[in-house]
Amino acid sequence: MVSLLATAAEHGTETAASGGGAMELAWVIPVIAMVSAALIWAIGKRLPMRGAEIGVAAMIAVFIGGLLVFFDAIAHINADAEWHGFEKAVTWMNFGPGSTVELGYMVDGLAAVMMVIVGFVALMVHIYAASYMKGEVRVTHFFATLSLFTGSMLTVVLANNLLMMLVGWEGMGLSSYLLIGHWWEKHENSSAAIKAFLTTRVGDIGFMFGIFVLFWAAGSFNVAHINELAADGGIARGTLTVAALLLFCGAVGKSAQFPLHTWLPDAMAGPTPVSALIHAATMVVAGVYLVARMFPVFDNAFDVALDVVAVIGSITTVIAALLALVQQDLKRVLAYSTISQLAYMIAGLGVGAYTASVFHIWTHAWFKALLFLAAGSVIHAVHSNNMTDMGGLFRKMPITSITYIVGGLALAAFPPFAGFWSKDELVVGAYEAATAGSRAGTLTLVAMLLTAFLTACYVARMLALTFFGKPRYDPEHVHPHESPKLMTYPLIALAALAVAGGWVGIPGEMNQFGRWVHYGDEHAAFNPMIAILSTGLALAGFAAGWAIFRMGKVKIDVRKTALAPFYRLLLNRYYLDDIYFKGIVRPVRDRLSAAAYWINQKVLDGAVNAAGMVAVASGRFAYRDVDQGLIDGLVNNLARLTGRTGDKLKFWQTGNMQRYAAAMFLGVATLVGAFVFFRI
Amino acid sequence: MNLVDEWGITLAVFLPLLGALAIALTPKGTEGIQKLLALGSTGAALVIGLMVAFAFEHGEPGLQFEKNLQWIPSIDANYHVGIDGISLPLIVLSLLVTFLCIVYAYRHIPEPGNTKAFLALILLLETGMNGSFIALDLILFFVFWELVLVPMYFLIGIWGGENRQYAAIKFFLYTLFGSVFMLLGFLALYFQSDPHTFDMVRLQGAGVLNLPIGLANLIFAGLALGFAVKVPMWPFHTWLPDAHTQAPTIGSVLLAAVMLKMGTYGFMRIAIPILPEPAQVFAPLIAILAAIAIVYGALCCLAQTNLKRMIAFSSVGHMGFVMLGIATLTPEGFNAAVFGMVAHGVVTGMLFFLAGSIKERYHSYEMPELAGMGLKIPRMAGLLAFCAIASLGLPGLAGFWGEVMALLSSYRPLEGLNLTVFRSAMVVGGIGTVLTAGYFLWMLQRVNMGKASEASLKHRYADVERLEYAAWVPLLALILVLGLYPRLIMDTTTSSVTRLTETVAGERAEVAQAAER
Repeated sequence: MVSLLATAAEHGTETAASGGGAMELAWVIPVIAMVSAALIWAIGKRLPMRGAEIGVAAMIAVFIGGLLVFFDAIAHINADAEWHGFEKAVTWMNFGPGSTVELGYMVDGLAAVMMVIVGFVALMVHIYAASYMKGEVRVTHFFATLSLFTGSMLTVVLANNLLMMLVGWEGMGLSSYLLIGHWWEKHENSSAAIKAFLTTRVGDIGFMFGIFVLFWAAGSFNVAHINELAADGGIARGTLTVAALLLFCGAVGKSAQFPLHTWLPDAMAGPTPVSALIHAATMVVAGVYLVARMFPVFDNAFDVALDVVAVIGSITTVIAALLALVQQDLKRVLAYSTISQLAYMIAGLGVGAYTASVFHIWTHAWFKALLFLAAGSVIHAVHSNNMTDMGGLFRKMPITSITYIVGGLALAAFPPFAGFWSKDELVVGAYEAATAGSRAGTLTLVAMLLTAFLTACYVARMLALTFFGKPRYDPEHVHPHESPKLMTYPLIALAALAVAGGWVGIPGEMNQFGRWVHYGDEHAAFNPMIAILSTGLALAGFAAGWAIFRMGKVKIDVRKTALAPFYRLLLNRYYLDDIYFKGIVRPVRDRLSAAAYWINQKVLDGAVNAAGMVAVASGRFAYRDVDQGLIDGLVNNLARLTGRTGDKLKFWQTGNMQRYAAAMFLGVATLVGAFVFFRI
Repeated sequence: MNLVDEWGITLAVFLPLLGALAIALTPKGTEGIQKLLALGSTGAALVIGLMVAFAFEHGEPGLQFEKNLQWIPSIDANYHVGIDGISLPLIVLSLLVTFLCIVYAYRHIPEPGNTKAFLALILLLETGMNGSFIALDLILFFVFWELVLVPMYFLIGIWGGENRQYAAIKFFLYTLFGSVFMLLGFLALYFQSDPHTFDMVRLQGAGVLNLPIGLANLIFAGLALGFAVKVPMWPFHTWLPDAHTQAPTIGSVLLAAVMLKMGTYGFMRIAIPILPEPAQVFAPLIAILAAIAIVYGALCCLAQTNLKRMIAFSSVGHMGFVMLGIATLTPEGFNAAVFGMVAHGVVTGMLFFLAGSIKERYHSYEMPELAGMGLKIPRMAGLLAFCAIASLGLPGLAGFWGEVMALLSSYRPLEGLNLTVFRSAMVVGGIGTVLTAGYFLWMLQRVNMGKASEASLKHRYADVERLEYAAWVPLLALILVLGLYPRLIMDTTTSSVTRLTETVAGERAEVAQAAER
């Protein structure tokens, strides 16, 4: 440990001209979350709130720390528009000549913004959960894991190198596994947890290989170093393309993009505060963050890299929005909306709308955390996730309803709510790419506009079914009422941000966000035509949804129209889950494994056993037939022969000396005769 | 300190043997004294091992604590011992794990009892294992190598499970079969060297061995076969599931944690440095077999319903990662291998401990009968989850670095090796990591989670006991420490593996000079 500290002093490098104040200590922030997790595990059970108090206290520290880092970073950006960030590292290990892994952190505009998002959402979720999880099983374990989750995300955000990022990345995988499966007495829940872990791990292989490609090309895992080399042409474009596509696999898994998005809706099996954390500030956002973090790699690769990103984003955003339209489970609507919105960001990155995408992470975090927490409040009240058991809740729980509606409007991207500003910027980005002649850009533009319509439509449906109309819950047993303050205060705080959070990015002179986070000298342009078009589409979508599901204007049974097959397709989630489960999981887990084991037992081990048996048999043969039979038999026969010969010769053995002498004489005479005769 | 410098590693090897003799001399019915003797001798050996580790100059590539005494002059076999950065972590691992096994044995002498013989055999086994990691003379190495077989044969055959006889004989004969070829290889090296020598260091010197490449390949194949059985590499692994499953808990722990490493260590210490050219010829084949082992081992794990047998099969895959690292013939790959060996020793050793303690409570290894363990004995279940997650290679825990570095290095193996083969192996290995995660998570789902099984509802089980904690905490701590502070091993190994791979890469002259010095 001493040597570690010593190298800490040596290796401290600053890319900033002047060192940071708060930034110097940015590394403390994830450590606080990790220590909180360890503390809760160690002593949480003995505390009155079973560890929740440690978690909340730690998150307050994390949030304040994040804010300090954020303001420090902004001060640097304000002083120098070209400021690249602050970095500090020690050697984690040398694992070969010149092969080093660092343990370090880097703060720039992007990381600073993320610190605020993670810190605030995590704090809100912790406070909310302290009330929501009261009396649940394994509360201590829950809060410890929640802290670990936050700490892992902060590690990803601050990591100055890809391997450390992978550590945080997988740490989130573990935490999400533990949290999704929190109620593991039920088999579906633990299955959902496994599904989340394994599906994201499929993408993580790609991420890992992408790291390998970049490491051997750049000689380092360092993010800034790799990005610089990529920008300067120090790495061949082909290599960058391979690396970018591989890294993107990781993002596809973690950010639940097609075709690896299937785990996210199932992840709703976890307690609702977890969903809020996963969907708003951690885990799924990490994929988008990765692409943004390594953007120079994508940007300097061949066009195909970013085109793939744009196409995957475009496909995902539409198919997920369609799925959100047909869900009965309130949380699943939100889950598909997350997939769709993340895809918006991914597609935005694909068309080069860098600032807009990160801006959408920012606004989405507020309204999505709000929606999930408010949904949790609703679910708490009616004891069901199903919208068929809801309805008419507006008067029963006004704070929840109003904040939820605010979140919904922000999601549907109506001005002046937060979602509008970021979404509009994304669409403008796609429009510019399309007009510049990019086919992927055109596709993205179409997908984004279509999704704008669909999003508003499912938001209207969700609001109508949940809060308006006649109550569909059983009034005998369910008495909905407003949630306690520990739960509603976070809703109010988040609702405020869902309204005003986007104002930091209003295009024009006022645009702060574009100065904090930008790639090159990109600037967000405001296009009134686009704004009108996308808002118009959203209005139309909302009106359609409202007309069908609130006012009952359109009464058609989709199942009886020409759309029926399509509707079935949606209900079955494009059959992707079936294809994966029946086509991959079950064959591998049940059949291929059985086949491998059969080969092991019958063929490989069979051969060994056969060799053993042959050895034993040949041993037996050697013993019984050769040794005992032949050789020993020979010996025995020889003995017998000797005996018989002896019998025969007995006649001669008389003890009579004269007879012996006679015989000897006879013998000698014979020999001499033979010698003489044959002249030997 | 001088004693440690001169005789430290020798003491670490032979103190357990002394302990075994002392135990053998105790009268029957003095179990307390026998246990104390075992604890004392392994403990003393561990302390000395740790003193060696502290006195060791980390970062120095060459051999340290070297000792070379005449032993059998007629064939020039010597008591030549010494350690470098590759052997040190392994010998410390062996010392630690054996000591913890003795601690665990304090209350867990398996059926049919006979503490005296049981402990004496474990100590004898330890001498064999430790000796293999310090021997620098082929004959000496061979003696230690074979010394390991006998006690393990009896441990499985007497204290094992239902099918112990079969497993014990299979283990013994299979390993013996491999070591015959290894011995032939040693003899060939002896007769082909000029002057004739069994000394590993001298055999690496320039001009000592002048072999036609065909013969060199043949010798390498012989050595490799002997080591491969021990590792075990696919397809020579079939003795392992039986031996592991049938062995008593402590036997399984020692087998997995230490004995398997003798095979991989043999590759790194003997086969590759002495025969670097054939190593390059065989490297792609080894990589292919390693990749097969990773996926195949994981698939076989998926097919298991027996917890212990699943853990046993998991070793096949994990050792596959180690062999893949070795096959790259790069410093990164060798580091991955050493790290992977230690991590596997700690993690899988721990898993076998857990399996044993679970069996003691549930009287079964069958997963359906263990279901809902998280409700019955939550701490035990928590430890099982922790070790399973470490074993599936989660970053931040011990299992990660060995795996990721092995894959990283197979993206760029030693120059001249077939890139297609190695990168394919990397991809296959990557798929293997998903399968590995799969079987561990499904195991946890079947064992820890869900409702408590019918069979277990009728009983109350004690959660983890103090003595179990005493034996396990060091391993559990190491799982975390190795994950977060990999320098603990890398600082020791990196210079040595770099030197070693330089040899392979052709800079043999430098090694020759080192030998003269």
